[in-house]
Amino acid sequence: MTDHHDSLLLPSARRRDVLRVLSASALGAAAWPAFAQDKRLPRLVTVSGAITEVVYILGAEGQLVGTDTTSLYPAAARGTPKVGYMRQLSAEGLLSLKPDAIIATNESGPTVVLDQIRTAGVKVEIIEADHTWGEVQRKVQAVGRAAAKEAQARELQGRLDAEWAQVQQRVGAAKGRKPKVLFVLSHSASPQVSGEKTAAHSVIGYAGGVNALGGFHGYRPMTAEAMASAAPDIILTSTQSIEAHGGIDRFWERPELALTPAYKKRALITQDALLLLGFGPRLPAAIGELHDKFQAALA
Amino acid sequence: MSQRLGARAVLGGSAVLLVAAFAVGAVSGAYAISLSQLWNVLTSLGQGGSNQSPEHLVFLNIRLPRLVLGVAAGAGLGMAGTLMQGLFRNPLADPGLIGISSGAALAAGITIVLGAWFWPVLPRTLGSWTLVVMAFGGGFLVTLLIYGLSRSEGGTRMALMLLAGIAINALAGAGLGLLSVMATDEQLRSLQFWLLGSLGGARWSAVILVCVAVFLSCWAAASLASPLNAIALGEAQAALLGVDVERTKRRAIVITAVAVGAVTATTGIIGFIGLIAPHWVRMVAGPDHRIVLPASALLGAALVLAADTVARTVMAPAELPLGVLTAFIGVPMFLLMLRHFRGRI
Repeated sequence: MTDHHDSLLLPSARRRDVLRVLSASALGAAAWPAFAQDKRLPRLVTVSGAITEVVYILGAEGQLVGTDTTSLYPAAARGTPKVGYMRQLSAEGLLSLKPDAIIATNESGPTVVLDQIRTAGVKVEIIEADHTWGEVQRKVQAVGRAAAKEAQARELQGRLDAEWAQVQQRVGAAKGRKPKVLFVLSHSASPQVSGEKTAAHSVIGYAGGVNALGGFHGYRPMTAEAMASAAPDIILTSTQSIEAHGGIDRFWERPELALTPAYKKRALITQDALLLLGFGPRLPAAIGELHDKFQAALA
Repeated sequence: MSQRLGARAVLGGSAVLLVAAFAVGAVSGAYAISLSQLWNVLTSLGQGGSNQSPEHLVFLNIRLPRLVLGVAAGAGLGMAGTLMQGLFRNPLADPGLIGISSGAALAAGITIVLGAWFWPVLPRTLGSWTLVVMAFGGGFLVTLLIYGLSRSEGGTRMALMLLAGIAINALAGAGLGLLSVMATDEQLRSLQFWLLGSLGGARWSAVILVCVAVFLSCWAAASLASPLNAIALGEAQAALLGVDVERTKRRAIVITAVAVGAVTATTGIIGFIGLIAPHWVRMVAGPDHRIVLPASALLGAALVLAADTVARTVMAPAELPLGVLTAFIGVPMFLLMLRHFRGRI
């Protein structure tokens, strides 16, 4: 919680961004003539934890009638009606919440269900999840548009862009070798490591590290020899993975890890999975924190 | 005489069950539609449907196609289960035995995981139909393969077919395992949910195609009732009675592949309906295929509708995968009946 409150105090937006967001929201307003006439605020369903976070920051949680099971932050979001896992939505279930708009990423589905919802006259906003800062910007804009809170969204966008620029500058100014970082995901028994085109790959790069594993896309099962050849300086994982393993000591007992330079120094960084990989409004804070931890681990 | 009476009762009872399951399914769902609203929707159908209330849209575009798909899927699976049990002369046979489901699953998996890489052109030309077409084709191809493997000089040997089916199913399972290792997280999820079965993707265009495939299959299957009755006495006896055994086998396999292939390609794998529907009918009405075929289709449809109604209401606004429910409901009931009728099987 403290993370995003800090971020709200940062300096205001750059002019270029404000103009861009203004024009985007003007287009958005044209697409929502119904809400300009009647004063009832649109009812929203969000599908993706990061989008739900934006709704709460914009103070639009009163309009939120449903979220998916990945919407776990802030804690209040856990109490909203759950429409199921983001990739297994149900048309009638969603419509039963009588939403005016559904905001989701392109990782949501099934596609047929989204089509059915559109057919029933509900606005479906799909945000492309490409693991870039642009993804966060698009989420803020889409929620502002759908929630009829364009002004607040512009303001938030300005703050976040400034915060992002500052973090990126800080990462760029860091001297010395970039650490080789290996991301391990294991919410169940068998751990997976992340290759290219994953949220983890982007996050490691943004925070001033190098993904220790390249040459493949997506997640792969973790093997001892691959660990040894990747030779990561740092292991990055989610707090949920550590919990699934039953604690940090148990995590290091994994035989695959013993072959890595990270093992010798017990260089392990953990962050909440949604904060780390969600690409939401807390991304600048998450990247700043990660960068500091990278630097500390190298020192 | 009592057998004849039981047969009529089973046919009538299955029909009543189907109508009841359809009615319950029509009035229940996550989206609340009251009986009077439903009446309005139904009565406005004749008037060109100018009134597009939300209830109207939800019922006609989401719930109704789903109910119709449920009827077609259940009827197809129930009918095909009867054909397979008749052909193999084994009450434990299932349409999946000759590789249709696993072939469809494998083809769908290949499309989901490797599709964009293998055939960059195909998704562009077929669009959202790619997965359905591939799954149907996969089911059909694997069935043909198993049929080919089970041919010998004297014709098709059912024991060979059973063994070839087991082997090819295992191979398809391994292929799916390989695909799941290669898949990204998202692909894995689509694959997994596809394998669990769901009527949630019902669109009128697809539903109508499945209905046509199932209707034609059921119509063609009707002519197999008497030959299958003869085959129940043994293939040699059937041949003596003038039944073309080879032709009956071929037709039963093609009919099953068309019906189950079309259903599976649209809904994913819905297990146990093809196994339990004919089984239940036979326990009450006896083994006459003239009764078991239509009654299993009706009962299968009722079972799928009932399971889907539970799937879409019990966790609303979220939804349970249908395949999970049919297994949870079907298997314990099946086991209970095995115990109850163990002396007669």
